[in-house]
Amino acid sequence: MIVSVQEVTKWFGEEPARTYAIRDVSFGVNYGEMLYIVGPSGSGKTTLLSVISGILRPNAGSVTVEGKDIWTLGTDALADFRLHGVGFVFQDYHLFPRLTTVENVAVPLILRRAPWEESLQKARKFLEIVGLAGKGELPPQKLSGGEQQRVAIARAIVAEPDLLIFDEPTASLDGDTGKKILAFVKNNILNERRAIIVVTHDDRIYEYASRIIHMEDGRITDHTGVGP
Amino acid sequence: MNGLLRLALKLLLSDRGKFVTLVIGITFSVFLMMLMTSMFFGIIEHSAANIINVGAKMWVMDPDVQTPQNSIPMPDYVLDAVRSIPGVDYAVPLYVGAGLVRLHNGTYQAATVIGLDDATLFGRPNLVSGNMLDIYKNDAFIAVQDPSYAKLGSPKIGATFEINDHRGIIAGIARVSVGSLFGLPTLYTTYNRATQDLPSTRYLTSFILVRQKSDKDIPVIEAQVKKLGYLALTDKEFIARNDSFYEFQTALGTNILIMTLISFIVGLSIAGETFYMFVLDNLERFGALKAIGAKSRELIQMILFQSMVVGFLGFGLGVLLSSALVAFGKLRIPNYAAVITYQNLFMAFVMVLIITVISAYIGIRKVIRIDPFDVFRG
Repeated sequence: MIVSVQEVTKWFGEEPARTYAIRDVSFGVNYGEMLYIVGPSGSGKTTLLSVISGILRPNAGSVTVEGKDIWTLGTDALADFRLHGVGFVFQDYHLFPRLTTVENVAVPLILRRAPWEESLQKARKFLEIVGLAGKGELPPQKLSGGEQQRVAIARAIVAEPDLLIFDEPTASLDGDTGKKILAFVKNNILNERRAIIVVTHDDRIYEYASRIIHMEDGRITDHTGVGP
Repeated sequence: MNGLLRLALKLLLSDRGKFVTLVIGITFSVFLMMLMTSMFFGIIEHSAANIINVGAKMWVMDPDVQTPQNSIPMPDYVLDAVRSIPGVDYAVPLYVGAGLVRLHNGTYQAATVIGLDDATLFGRPNLVSGNMLDIYKNDAFIAVQDPSYAKLGSPKIGATFEINDHRGIIAGIARVSVGSLFGLPTLYTTYNRATQDLPSTRYLTSFILVRQKSDKDIPVIEAQVKKLGYLALTDKEFIARNDSFYEFQTALGTNILIMTLISFIVGLSIAGETFYMFVLDNLERFGALKAIGAKSRELIQMILFQSMVVGFLGFGLGVLLSSALVAFGKLRIPNYAAVITYQNLFMAFVMVLIITVISAYIGIRKVIRIDPFDVFRG
């Protein structure tokens, strides 16, 4: 198991106005698995994703990633965990419009202090993997939505992390493109040494999930597929 | 270059509009600060022209004298007393006063007259034409060829004029290193002629120029002169006293300081606001970097580097522009009193550092506060 979430609770605000985003959530994620977390808006999906990826500290419970309880780590160690252990694909991609596509992909390597040219070289290889060879020198805004999504995926995998986090990956894409992207991810990015957690409420892409966790009001209401 | 800094540089340079606005803002600010302070230093330097041009190592004067232009004559015995102080190699009198020159066309022109010790001519200027010994001839004066020289009708050797109803003849043309501040032509003559021809008070000696036997004797001479009730200063101390007078006892220093502060505020406003906008534009991406794994100190490094690049570029361009203007001004306007010194370069540099640090701080505060969770929340 790559991720183990145990009785995680996260609330915002103080009593009596306290709002629970997630309550007593427990589940695990296996290597080679593409786990979907689905549910309506406000169900706590994004909060859960942030807690798992070391961005948002929970109020209770623990998250273990590759045997390490990440919420016992200090701020810098957490940043290192995210840099070395997790690849992010954000809902709005968050690509730098003023950098070229290949430079955008190279950002995690640059943050890891890899030499500039070496980073770009590796980034070009990963652009090829996501099918964007030859588009490296273009600014991201010259690419279509689907292509930008692929750039974001290339950036997430360029440092070869074991855990990938996809936040609403099809939110800005039409149905067909969204499906193609997820099919591509499942067939080309997912492997036995890696797990992918996808937060979505787009039921058109459920077919690519290894397992689906349904959330509502901060609680897991249902597991679909093969459980941990 | 470190990849992070290179990334920061790319982000900065690729936003051309803001980059150019930032550089222009700081350049303009440095340009104004440099002009203000160089004018100030220029005026100060010109006000000390007599000290610099005469070149004496030590000056003895009345304690109330603040500048070389305003002397209070001392009785003759002071000269003898100074000469008797141990450590004094020699001491000579100097007369500094004003005369009224009547030109051939009948107009009058005020002039500064410097009377040099008859025996030694200590403090004499460098001649560009004529013979220094001709200063001993009847009614002889040496005219200084500075920007005010034309006010005497640009006289040649042998030209005659009247000064305070006495005949004068130009015996030589000299050049000095610093022109006078108030735009008056300068005439050199002997001490005796100056005190005879120009109306004066009971006491005649404006300053006593001293050469000490060694630098160790300076404090002794200063102490002995103080006992006499007078003030002895080295040339540097006299220049500092003169500077201090113009800085703190006239409105000049305050006005220049206010203008310099305004230039600083203009630069800070432009740079601070533009840099803040630049950071705001990239805030989401900085948040994304934080989420990906960038540490806060790395983001601070990036922002500081960006602001320093802009600051140093603006400083360089501002210095270049102000130096070019000062050089052009000196070429076209002979009386233009502006000088760029290490002091005003350093002052402008410190101001730019403050501008860049404050601008960066405004951006850093914003970036530090961004929560990577906001990147997920959109």
